[in-house]
Amino acid sequence: MIDRKKALELLAARITDEIVVSTYSTATDWLSIIDRPLNYFSSGAMGLASSHGLGLALARPERRIIVLDGDGSLLMNLPTLVTIGRVAPRNFTHLVFCNGTYEANGGHPIPNPDVDFEGHARAAQIKKTFTVNDLDAFKDRIDYILHEEGPVFGSIKVEQGILGPRSYKDMYKGERRAALRSALGV
Amino acid sequence: MSEAASGAVEKLRGSTVINEIKKAGVRHILSVPDLHTSKGLLHPIAVDPEFKLIRVCKEDEILGIAAGLTYGNLRSLMLVQYTGFLYAMNAIRGVAIEQKLPVCMMIGLLGKEPGVLPTESRRFGLRIIEPILDVLGIPHTCIETDADTPRISAAIEEAWRTSRPTAILIGGRPEA
Repeated sequence: MIDRKKALELLAARITDEIVVSTYSTATDWLSIIDRPLNYFSSGAMGLASSHGLGLALARPERRIIVLDGDGSLLMNLPTLVTIGRVAPRNFTHLVFCNGTYEANGGHPIPNPDVDFEGHARAAQIKKTFTVNDLDAFKDRIDYILHEEGPVFGSIKVEQGILGPRSYKDMYKGERRAALRSALGV
Repeated sequence: MSEAASGAVEKLRGSTVINEIKKAGVRHILSVPDLHTSKGLLHPIAVDPEFKLIRVCKEDEILGIAAGLTYGNLRSLMLVQYTGFLYAMNAIRGVAIEQKLPVCMMIGLLGKEPGVLPTESRRFGLRIIEPILDVLGIPHTCIETDADTPRISAAIEEAWRTSRPTAILIGGRPEA
């Protein structure tokens, strides 16, 4: 199992001009590591991070879109895999950090912690998929995450992070969305 | 007196609606099929090379995709049935309204009686649509006939000018 924050630190050290879409606990970890205008925090409705990312991928074909999803979140929007598999954006990477719990909501288990997300992605015709269980394997995948022609789907097996209230107020503020628009020249 | 109120029913052609969508600069159509708009709108849109149709599995996906598209200034239209609108309510609230995004929703009123106002329909699900939009603060217009269709591009332009969602209810069934 992987320490999510350590994995995100490795990824943060390598990103350049990618738009990174994140949600809930993964988002708070990501923001604590790297605060930049090209961060996009999925808010408003749980589960839609990958849908936001798909729209961004279509809107900004010149940039890589990396979605940092959670397993509980993805389960709320599992059909998104079918949509992504069909649209097949070449600039799209969808990473799902799987700890088997709704960490942001008190650590309750997801309905089936043993669910095979990579299998779901492959069944949805997303052909480039992987699952990693340790930090070295994740590190070895970073080039693939950043540069492989998409859509790419990765299931990252992580430990449960710190439970308890996390503040989303800062990441959800409108100024952050405005900063992203500005960075993109919109 | 409006046509709906008078009971007179004239045609609503899908081609007229589609021309209005194009006039507003919309090129991405995000849709779950709706029997009410299937023949007159969705089938023609699916084969129209000017549109990029993204078929989604469920309606709330559309809110995320539409939000992302705004980061390229790409105008999209959510084409769904009123039941799908109801299903996606939390995403409409959280993404379109609270983030002040120009999400444009075209909502088919399947089963609405010709010439009857939505709020006066026999169907409960239809009667509640406009009151819900009012509570949400989403401007809306109902398209019954070709004569109403100039309101489509006007609504979309206004949504983008003010960066607010809008709802275009399709009351008449568009003819192919």
